[in-house]
Order: sequence, then structure tokens, then C-alpha cells
Amino acid sequence: MSGRNLIVGLVTVFIAYLALVPLGFLLWQTFTRGGHPTLAAIRTAYSQSGLGTMTLNSFAFAGGATAVAVVIGTGLAHLVVRTDVPFKPLMFAASLVPLIIPGILHTIAWFFLLSTQIGVLNIHVIHPIFGVNFNVASVHGMILVEGLHLTPLVFLLMVASFRSMDPSLEESAIMSGAPLRTVFWRITLPLARPALYAAILIMAVRTLESFEVPAVLGLNQHIFVFTSQIWTTLNASPPDYSTAGAYAMALLVLTTIGVLWHNRISKHGRAYQTVTGKGFRPRPIPLGRWRWPATILILAYFCISVLLPLAILFYASTQNFYAPPSHYTLRHLTWGNYGAAWHDPLVQHGLKNSLILGLGTATAVMLLAAVASWIVVRTKVRGRWLIDNLAFLPLTIPGLVLGVAILTIYLRVPWLPIYGTLWIIFIAYLTRYIPYGMRYVSTSMFQIGRELEESAQMSGAGWFQVFRRIVLPLLVPGFVAGWIYIVVVSVRELGSSVLLYSPGREVLSIAIWEMWRNGQFPELCALGIVMVAGLVVLVGVAYKLGAKIGVREA
Amino acid sequence: MLTIRNLAKSYGATRAEKRGRVLAVDDISFDVTDGELFTLLGPSGCGKTTTLRCIAGLEMPDEGEIAIDGRVLFSAERGVRTPPNERRLGMVFQSYAIWPHMNVFENVAFPLRVLPRGQRPRKHALSERVERVLSVVRLDHLAGRQATDLSGGQQQRLALARALVLEPPLLLLDEPLSNLDAKLREEMRFELKRLQRELGITGLYVTHDQVEALAMSNRVAVMRDGKIEQIGHPRSVYEQPESRFVADFIGTSNFIDGTVERCDDGVYVVQTDGGVLRIPSDKHYEVGQAVIVAARPEHIELATNLNGIGPNVWRGRVEARAFLGEVVDHVVAVGPREIRARCNSKVSIPAPTEVTVRFHEEAFSLVPTGD
Ligand SMILES: Nc1ncnc2c1ncn2[C@@H]1O[C@H](COP(=O)(O)OP(=O)(O)O)[C@@H](O)[C@H]1O
Ligand SMILES: [Mg+2]
Repeated sequence: MSGRNLIVGLVTVFIAYLALVPLGFLLWQTFTRGGHPTLAAIRTAYSQSGLGTMTLNSFAFAGGATAVAVVIGTGLAHLVVRTDVPFKPLMFAASLVPLIIPGILHTIAWFFLLSTQIGVLNIHVIHPIFGVNFNVASVHGMILVEGLHLTPLVFLLMVASFRSMDPSLEESAIMSGAPLRTVFWRITLPLARPALYAAILIMAVRTLESFEVPAVLGLNQHIFVFTSQIWTTLNASPPDYSTAGAYAMALLVLTTIGVLWHNRISKHGRAYQTVTGKGFRPRPIPLGRWRWPATILILAYFCISVLLPLAILFYASTQNFYAPPSHYTLRHLTWGNYGAAWHDPLVQHGLKNSLILGLGTATAVMLLAAVASWIVVRTKVRGRWLIDNLAFLPLTIPGLVLGVAILTIYLRVPWLPIYGTLWIIFIAYLTRYIPYGMRYVSTSMFQIGRELEESAQMSGAGWFQVFRRIVLPLLVPGFVAGWIYIVVVSVRELGSSVLLYSPGREVLSIAIWEMWRNGQFPELCALGIVMVAGLVVLVGVAYKLGAKIGVREA
Repeated sequence: MLTIRNLAKSYGATRAEKRGRVLAVDDISFDVTDGELFTLLGPSGCGKTTTLRCIAGLEMPDEGEIAIDGRVLFSAERGVRTPPNERRLGMVFQSYAIWPHMNVFENVAFPLRVLPRGQRPRKHALSERVERVLSVVRLDHLAGRQATDLSGGQQQRLALARALVLEPPLLLLDEPLSNLDAKLREEMRFELKRLQRELGITGLYVTHDQVEALAMSNRVAVMRDGKIEQIGHPRSVYEQPESRFVADFIGTSNFIDGTVERCDDGVYVVQTDGGVLRIPSDKHYEVGQAVIVAARPEHIELATNLNGIGPNVWRGRVEARAFLGEVVDHVVAVGPREIRARCNSKVSIPAPTEVTVRFHEEAFSLVPTGD
């Protein structure tokens, strides 16, 4: 009994430490100077010139990218779930893109596709047709690229929503004489409203948190949003921690509002459930003469979201110097970049560190989540709701904000000298991914009947034995899925890492970031292609094991 | 009014059963006349819903022709395929399919609001029509209520009102009562029938519940494995089943195998292993032909006085009885077989008692062998 209490206590304290201490430090850092409360940091931060533009940019970026993702994602989901459009599996394959192409690679690929100088699409498609170039290094470009990266997430959310909708609700509208268009606008969409609002909020929060797109496309043009502003403030010399903290606080407030609002909506959404209990067979609506346009739309989306970025990355990886594809460049291909990347010390560090951190974080997160969610779901320990809420808290903290917070802590705390080691990145990852781990484990935990545990206890097993012999083995499928998912997302992580790494402690995403900043494009792309291949294998294994990872990302 | 000719529909094989397509509807033809309630009755999975959905246009048949009042809605041969929203049929779904984001009034108004621009009624006329149909189904006092706040029976009537508001020539109903509890179902049965008769609606009704079908319909088509087994008035389908399947599916029957011994003036003398039966029938069977005698238990009488046996009067022993409230069911052993007899509640004979089993002639129908 006391062993159990000890573990409950330890887990609570540890999760509280992970979730609360960074936030506390951030507050303290921002609102005090020399031990006295002050608003000086806020004042400095918000009197900088260009701040109004920065805020406007952030909102335009968030609103625009959300709109792009929600419109495309919802449209595709409706086509796939409710109509007889062909090539449906292709859409589900495309929905894995955010998992297998890290955000920074995706953004760089789009830079190669749509920059004014070297953008393939500009040179060969857009300029010949419209006579002007589309400049991806602009707020519009950022909106487009981020929107495309988030579309699959909306797609998966809306697929789930449309699937749970009784098809006869639409059929009765058709029988009432309404054409398909009217049915979609007047029936389907209003019924999907809760899911739609949820998707909008999630995407807005995601965009506000996004660092990759504003950094790659915006920094050189001096287009700033919150995240890139924080990064710039910390990269100035000397770095201004309290001003960065002030920006981080603002961002944190925005994302927290979004996440809390979303949680409220998903609770209310229940009242809207229309399923009557009778099982129904999905009956796709025949598109008739719209089938061809829809098919073209789907194929075009697949090309744009999957083939084009991968193709341009691969092409770039075969060039000595990056130049847009032409007869000349296509006849002078090289594999040399792969070798060069392999021998680059940056990549070697990155590979080693990413492996250590990915495996380490995934294992630690899943173990911690297993114990924590077992306490939450299965025991009657007083205060277990506290663990639940604490473990959920990091979901509201953008990666970059967490980076700022952790940085300030371990720069100040002399008795835990982990600054400049992998441990500091490990702590950031652990904090960021605890909520995901909890979700994977608690979903499968709910599926385990309480009787199983109780019968084991009746046969005289202690609680630890019950956990190890009964609970853990039954959790394995959810556990493995969650583990792989966390490996995948750790390897791509950039927002916290970019503030916490130090020479020799780079991870793979940092290696790509550094190469980008140094202009080593072909080598970067070679590394990127290898990384994508590795992630494809990982995600493939997860799917073979029957784990639907990706859907949970939301 | 409604004419169905050689309708066929198959579904692609699912991954589980890789080979062969499922023939959900297999070459069926029937007519529905004006003002009648025509019922498709059959066990679950026999293709009733598929037939209905083909008529609605929600499912594309492989073969056949569907026409209403001479207007061809679908013809595989001539390539006519009217989309469902242009067929102007009313339909009530099993799940009611009430739109939860609209109130009662808006649910009913929707079909009027989506009419083509020229035919769309003005605001005033629209609410008048909605209110009229709501009062027909007695929901006028709930017009402002959110649709999800209605009880099951009210949702059912709302679905009906919505299907009726355009005054469709044909109303399609797919097991509309199956989601109601037993008491309400009985009430709604009469309500539906009253509405259908009073408004002169032509209806095509789908159910697997034989009591419902017999109580409500003008005519019944009994379906089995995508085919129609028998079409007729409820009474004739019940009293003169043409196959063992129909006799079994509608009501209860005792099945006794026998051989035709001779036929005197439309009365067949059938030799069975329990004794001789004299059965009037207007069907034609050869002497010596194997047949099945279907005997309704409610026309089998039991008596404890044991005098006189002969044709249609057998001797047996009560094996079990079950008190069912209005009636008492007895299981009687006659030779090697068991006969079920349904007696009124005054007759209740304990097992084991020797009894006389008297078959009344109305108990019988003669059907061919095979199932
Ligand atoms: N969309 C579908 N895909 C494949 N098979 C179907 C589909 N709909 C119905 N079926 C099959 O067709 C047959 C008839 O179904 P249905 O018309 O729904 O029967 P009923 O309404 O009489 O219960 C069943 O065997 C059913 O499994
Ligand atoms: Mg059915």
C-alpha cells in the first residue's frame, strides 16, 4: 500500500515539476527584475517598432492558414467519406504527410517550388500563365505552406466527424428535393459544425505555434510573427530573455485560450450527436457528372501535397549546386550529397542525438504516461484529477515558449547543470509529449475491463504485480503506437530544440536548420530524403501493428 | 400508379466474401394502385430496403424499370435515371432522420424552401402549408420546439409531416415504427393507417413485422432472398399461403408432410403419418404427389372426451402448455410428431392428458414440398 502511495506521490510531483515549473519561471522572469515586480519587460517588448505589424502578421498567418487547411481538408473529407469519388486510399496516404515530412523540410521544399528567383512552379507554370511570380516568402506564401501542412489534420478530424453522421440525414434532404449542393451547405456542414469549430481552433493554435514556416520563409524578408520574434530576440547579442519571455507570455495566453475553448466545444458537441444506435452502412452519394472534376481535384491535391514536395527535395539532393531543373541540371545528377551528408559531423551528431533523444523520450513518456493514466483511470486516489490536468497542461505551451522557459530555468539554476547537455532537450521533449502519451495510454486503458485487474488481485497479486503482469501486457498495442508516434514527433521537433541545442548537441531537425542557414541546400535535401525514408519505415511499422497513429495528433 | 418491372440490384462482393456479388433484389415486379398501402414484408436481409431505395433513387438498380403514373423514373434499357431529388417522392426513414440543427417548423419547411425558385412559396404561404401539415400529424403546438427535444413518437410524426409537405404522389416508408416501443408502435400503427386513408396517400411500406403488415396494408408482397414469394390481400396471404415459407413467416403453422390420396370436388384427401386429413384447396395437385399441410394452431381444437376419431380428428397427448394471457398454447404429441394448438384461455389442459385433436377446415392450406 505504501509502495503505491510513494509511486503516486512521485509521479504527481514529477509531472507537476515538468508542467508547472517552466510556466512559473516564465512568469517570474517576465514580471520581476532584481526580485521586484515590474512591467518593464512587457513595456520594452511592446514598445518595439514593428510590433503592430508583427501582431497583425501573426493573426493574418493564423487566420489564413487555418482557412486554407479547413476549407481544403473539409472538402476532401466530405468527398472521401460521403461520395463515390475514386482513389480514396490515396487521400489517406496523403494524410500521413505531416508525419513523414518534417515541417521544416516541407517548408524548404515549397521554397524551392515557389520562390520568386528559383521556384520551379513560378518559372514553368505560374509565370508563363499569369505573367507574374507568386512570392512564397511573404505572408501569403506562409499561409499557403502552413495551410497545406495542416490540411491532413483537418482531413482526418473531419473524416471522423462525417463518418459518425447518419447518412439518412442527408438522404432525407435529397428526398426533399434538395440538390447535392444545397444538401452540403444546409445539412451536412451545419451538422459537422462542432467538429468544424474544433478543427478551426486546433489549426489556429497550431499556426500560432509554428516556427518552421515563419522562420524559413519570413525571417529573411523581415516578416515576423510571435515565434520568429521570440527566436530573433533570443538570437540578438546580447540575448534579451525577459523581452522574449514577454512575447512568449502573449503567445501562451493566445494558445491557452484556443485550447480551452476547444475543450469546451468538444464537451458541448455531445448534445449534437445524432446517431440513433442502429448501425448504418455508409452509402456514398453518387457524384454523377461531378465525378470527373472531383477526381481531378483529388489527384491534383495528391500531386501538390505529396509528389511535388518530395520530387523537388529529391531533385535538389542530386545537384552539386542548387539550380531549378533544366535540361542541363537533369543530365548532371550526382549522389555525392548523400555521402557528403553522411560524413558531415553535424549530421553525425544529429543522427546520434536524435536517436538517443527519440528513443529515450518515447520510452520515458510512455512509462510515465502508463503509470499516470493508470492512476487517473483505474484508482480512486484523491487528487488524481490533478495528475490528469497537469499532464494535459503542456498541450497549451507552444514548443518555442517551452524552450524559452526551460532555457531561463537552467541558465539560472546552478544545482542542476544540464544547460549545454542533451538532458535539457530531453526535458523539453518529455514535457511536450506527455499529453500525447497520456492520450494513447488512457484510450487503451479504458478498454481494459476492471474485472481483469480485480480478478488478478483476488488471486493474491500485489498492485505492482497486477500492473506489470496484467495491465502492461494489455496496454502493449496502444503503448507501441504511442511510442512510435513520439519517436516520430521527437525526431521532427524544432521549436524547443532550436533554443536549447549547443554545438555537438544538435539533433537532425537542427542539422537541417543549420544547413538551411548556411545555404548547403543539396546536402540538406539528401539528409531530408533519408529522414523521410526513415519516417516512412517507422510509420509503416506502426500501421502494420494496426495502430492508427496520426488521427490522434489533433 | 407505381409500376415496377424486373427490378434487380446486386452489391459488389465485400472483401470478406471475395467471390460473387450479393443479389439483394432479384428480378421483382409489382404494381401499386392509387390510394392503397402496399407492403413489402419479409425477414431482415431479404431486400426490402434495397427495393425501396431503388424506387427512391438512392440506389441505382442494375436492371428493370420504375415508373409512376406513366412517368418513367428509371429504366436500365432506355437509360433513364432520374436523380432522387427530382423524383418528388416522400420518404420516412427508419431512423426518422430528423435534422437536429433545426426546429420542428424548419424541418418541415425545408422541402418547400429548396423548391426551384419559381415554385417556392412566399413566406406567408409557406408557413400556412407547414402549419397545415403539422396539424394533420398533431404537432402544431410544438412548431417552435427544437427537433431533438421531441419524443420518439413525435419525431416519427415529424418525419411523416416532412415527407408529406410536398404532397408527393407516393410515400415510401422504411420500417417507420421499428424504433418505437411496443405500446407506442401499436398506437402509431392506427394513426398511420388513419392518415393514409384520410389523406388518400398511396404508400409503399416496408416492414419485417407481419402483424404490422397485416394490420395496415391493403396488399402485401412477401419477399424472400430478393424475390417476391406471394402478393395478395393480408387475409388471403394469411389464409392461403402458397408456399411453406409464407405459411411459416406469417403467423404460426404446423407443418405435416403427406401424400395426396385422392381429390373429391376440391377436397383433397391427404395421407400423413399422423392420420388422414381432408383439405379443401383450389390449387391443383396430382394424386400420389407429396405435399405439405400447413395447419394454423388457432383452428385446432382440443377436447378431453375421447370419442370418435377419423379424418381431421386425431388422438394425442398434451406434452406441455404455456399460458400467454389471451390464449393458451398446447403442444400435443400425435404419433411421432408434435402439433401446436392455440386454445382460448378457458381451455387449459395439463400434461400428460390424452386428448382429441380436431382440425377445423379453415386451419388448412396445402403447399408444395420444398421450402
Ligand atoms: N450497401 C450495401 N453493400 C453491400 N451489400 C448490401 C448493401 N446494402 C444491402 N446489402 C445486402 O443486400 C441484402 C438486402 O439488404 P436490405 O435491402 O437492407 O434488406 P432488408 O431491408 O430486407 O433487411 C442483404 O444481404 C444486405 O447484406
Ligand atoms: Mg431494411
